[in-house]
Amino acid sequence: MSPPAPTATLAGRLMGDVRLRRRRALNRTMETVATLAAVAAVVVLAVVFVSVVIKGIGAINLDFLIHSEVPFGQSGGGIANAIVGTIVLVALASAMAIPVGILVGLHASEFARPRTAAAVRFALDLLNGVPTIVTGIFVFGLLVVGHTQSGYAGAFALAIVMLPIVARAAQEVLSLVPATVREGALALGATRWRAVVRVVLPTASSGLITGALLAVARAAGETAPLLFTSSILTTTGVSTNPGQTLVSIPLRIYQLAEGTSPSEHSEAWAAALLLILAVLAINVVARALYGRTRARMAAMQ
Amino acid sequence: MDDVPEASLSPTLPGVHKPAPSVRIRGLRAYYGDAERVKGIDLDLNANEVTAIIGPSGCGKSTMIRCINRMHEEIPGARSEGRVVLDDVNLYDPSVDVIAVRRTVGMVFQRPNPFPTMSIFDNVAAGPRLANRRRSDLQAAVRTALEGAGLWQEVADRLSEPATGLSGGQQQRLCIARSLAVDPEVILMDEPCSALDPTASLRIEQLIDELKRRVTIAIVTHNMQQAARVADRTAFMLDGELIEVGPTHHMFTSPSDPRTEDYVTGKFG
Repeated sequence: MSPPAPTATLAGRLMGDVRLRRRRALNRTMETVATLAAVAAVVVLAVVFVSVVIKGIGAINLDFLIHSEVPFGQSGGGIANAIVGTIVLVALASAMAIPVGILVGLHASEFARPRTAAAVRFALDLLNGVPTIVTGIFVFGLLVVGHTQSGYAGAFALAIVMLPIVARAAQEVLSLVPATVREGALALGATRWRAVVRVVLPTASSGLITGALLAVARAAGETAPLLFTSSILTTTGVSTNPGQTLVSIPLRIYQLAEGTSPSEHSEAWAAALLLILAVLAINVVARALYGRTRARMAAMQ
Repeated sequence: MDDVPEASLSPTLPGVHKPAPSVRIRGLRAYYGDAERVKGIDLDLNANEVTAIIGPSGCGKSTMIRCINRMHEEIPGARSEGRVVLDDVNLYDPSVDVIAVRRTVGMVFQRPNPFPTMSIFDNVAAGPRLANRRRSDLQAAVRTALEGAGLWQEVADRLSEPATGLSGGQQQRLCIARSLAVDPEVILMDEPCSALDPTASLRIEQLIDELKRRVTIAIVTHNMQQAARVADRTAFMLDGELIEVGPTHHMFTSPSDPRTEDYVTGKFG
């Protein structure tokens, strides 16, 4: 501790000394730096988006959307098979991850003791932090070795990526449901489970959908989990059979970008534009729904 | 307060008299973790009477009535012991089903808590539905419950609208209707008017007066005028203990314990 600054007179004290001025200058500097950092983050998003639009928009046309890829050397291929493949993969992954994720969220918010709930939350955060390539290798070892790659294996890997997102969002939004609503149901003689199904889940519904949508957006853009599980293509046409491998938009972007011809590169940009638009759209819808849930909960507090 | 209608609140429920059970509370203790908040209470709720429970904030009166329908034990770490005897059945007996307890002893909460995603009709029908009871006469049961809560005339033409569109006072009467729909014998009210304006409060008080013809009622209140208006008997609690219970007029005019006198005359609380 340094001795206090000499403040002989009230005027001297109010004018501030050198140290006070220095502190104020530091304050201004850090405020500016933080603002610049925030601007930089927005600029990065804008630059990514704008450059994808500029480079991709030219190659997007109806043929690109409704045709599948063509054999090497030919031109005029599309990504219809990748679009369909991504839809099937994500739909299958959602069917696995969303019900289980909501049940995990329910366990943490409705049934578990506080300490168990905290442990579950922590585990979910860890799972969310696992590099997706590791998830891919894990599913490769579990489902692909000794069998073949398949849409099922790819969807399972995507489901592992989705699970913690769905579960954490579910747990957060369920904990926003006012205790008075639960009590109202229990006091009518409902069991906990019936109170959850008939009253708590409907109250939280749009928030639950938000979590599911965010997970869908994340899974739609994942590449690594599919690399070992659904990447060796058996057909170039549109396929909806998850028993075989299914091509996905992110993997198709990867393959096209690795290609040698300029047309492949512009197709890669076009596919990237499509993906980024879809993911942005899903995120915007998810946020809007979440805003509605919050407003409804706030009205009940 | 003159604009409250004098007419009967439930014209189609012409003074249904139904004998309700008495509630005898013996040696009731309630804990949150290790903290004892209700410290051995003996109290009778007489059949078809209104018993008001008054006392300063934090004295354990809400906790006490939440032990009567065993809602207290829903709070993590909370437990209670003692006996709560309905006529001659101890609600804490191991053979008694807690679900059945709550369907016999209804509860109305401090703030109106209609189910936010349900319509007016569905809120009232929630009790039978949550119990998975297929009732062919659900329509009639909902109407009777709404009439019993004096709300039928106000909502008859908009039963399918969301319950959250009702005013605070209407929502609270909807919650009363919701608890009536499962045919309770006893109704517990935990400061049911604390979130309502005086007019809406008076309406609830009139309703309580009607309801006691069919149910036994316990009401926790901070409002001593309210206790004086609605209660046949009043119990005064302090720091988890029952200090005194007696006929309401007696409690407010000549209480036997000086602490009761201090509280009802506003010296503390």
